[in-house]
Amino acid sequence: MVHTAVFAVCAAASVAAGVAVFRVDSMARATLALLASFVLAAITLLLLDLSYLGVLVILMMTMEMMIMIVFMIMYMMNPAGLMPMTMVHNNRGALAISLAVFAALVTGIFLVPWPDTRPGTPADPTLQLAEAIMGSKMLVMMVIGMVLFATMVAATVLSTARGRYDRYGDRLRRSRPDDPIRGGVGR
Amino acid sequence: MGDPMPLWGMLLLPIGLLLLGYGGAAWSAILTARAAGSPVSLAAATPARETARLLVEQRRTIPGADTLLWRLGGATVPVAAVLAVLVLPVADRAAADLSIGVVWFNAMEVLIWVAVWTVGWGANSAWGLVGAYRFLIQGLAYALPHMFALTTAALGAGSLRVSDIAQAQENLWFAALMPVAFGVYLLSAMAMAYWGPFDPAVARDLAGGAAAELTGVDRLVFRSGRYLMLTAAAAMAVPLFLGGGAGPLLPGWAWTVLKTAAVLALLVWLGHRLPTVRVDRFTEIGWVVLIPATLLQALVVAIVVLVV
Repeated sequence: MVHTAVFAVCAAASVAAGVAVFRVDSMARATLALLASFVLAAITLLLLDLSYLGVLVILMMTMEMMIMIVFMIMYMMNPAGLMPMTMVHNNRGALAISLAVFAALVTGIFLVPWPDTRPGTPADPTLQLAEAIMGSKMLVMMVIGMVLFATMVAATVLSTARGRYDRYGDRLRRSRPDDPIRGGVGR
Repeated sequence: MGDPMPLWGMLLLPIGLLLLGYGGAAWSAILTARAAGSPVSLAAATPARETARLLVEQRRTIPGADTLLWRLGGATVPVAAVLAVLVLPVADRAAADLSIGVVWFNAMEVLIWVAVWTVGWGANSAWGLVGAYRFLIQGLAYALPHMFALTTAALGAGSLRVSDIAQAQENLWFAALMPVAFGVYLLSAMAMAYWGPFDPAVARDLAGGAAAELTGVDRLVFRSGRYLMLTAAAAMAVPLFLGGGAGPLLPGWAWTVLKTAAVLALLVWLGHRLPTVRVDRFTEIGWVVLIPATLLQALVVAIVVLVV
């Protein structure tokens, strides 16, 4: 009974926070509304006794939103994002896309063969998750990990203006790197 | 896993955090007074006088401020500190001895990122926003070494439950088994409370940075929240690295309080001794030195756990 009530409150509030993302007039408020929506969704995971996943969602979403907020404000269409702005554009196209995605997700809910939970949840879901990741799903996780890592390195290499040839010279023979800002490691 | 904490214990937890936090603020005021050559005896009451002054000070209103986010951010700092110590075992009992206590502590302490950024943003001030961005950059520098340090403590005990980690140190404190992780934890404890060498977010070169426009009760909440966060981080070092409530003669809770006070005093003193570190330099040190060091530490501890 308490579970149902908490779920109902969190689900409704999560959707409301999601709506607020497009109703507010500043990127900061929009991002924090999105964060609130994610945290409320994470609480429903806690209701399923998936404490590790639930708290991890709170942790990761907090960090991600705070990094995202930097870029959201940087790329906004008004200077520094300090002016009010509208959060919606291309209304018809967006409406069509979101309706299609919503329909697909709802269809998925009814088509997926959900596991039978009658035997009860395992004593330690965190351990089971770890065993799945390090056991039967090991190959998938390794491949995903390598792809993510390669993407991060590639993005950093592409975005940096100064590479090792700028820092250590054309033959990489400079003993001390030539950096515009002194300090840090080895200088 | 012990019995749940009684209700009076849960009431006592934030009060104890507040008292220890006041002690930290008083110790900081004493250090400042000693450096300035003014009488040390009066300095212990400085935080109380400052609190009274801020309580009666009129709030500043700023055109164009995002008041909702500004106030919300300031209030998040003490709330995050109190939430973070819910998993702290005192006398073998925690307010909520979660099976994933370490992850909970990490998640609550990351709320400081939201808090400081929002406080910096809300005031509609360039100084505040620069301070807010500095804190996020510093967060990226300390977060991963900090997480690896927490992971190493959990690895040594084979459990994410904080009370299990404290119990696993019956023979050898983790501070001795994993000194690198302990050192990195102390560094990140100062960084998450934007304290000492890691205070560029609220530094004087930015006229107070994220806290530049805070006045009255808002400044009081933000400042006291900072001491609460520093205290919470010091308190968590006790079960994670310093054997929890273990010790001779005194009861468990007294040892927890004593060890917390000692770590807090050390952190406050370090903050007064060390100069502010520029975030770009600390980022390089964090990624080039601290991450490999903590990873190696985790590897060593993993081998020790497997062999012993």
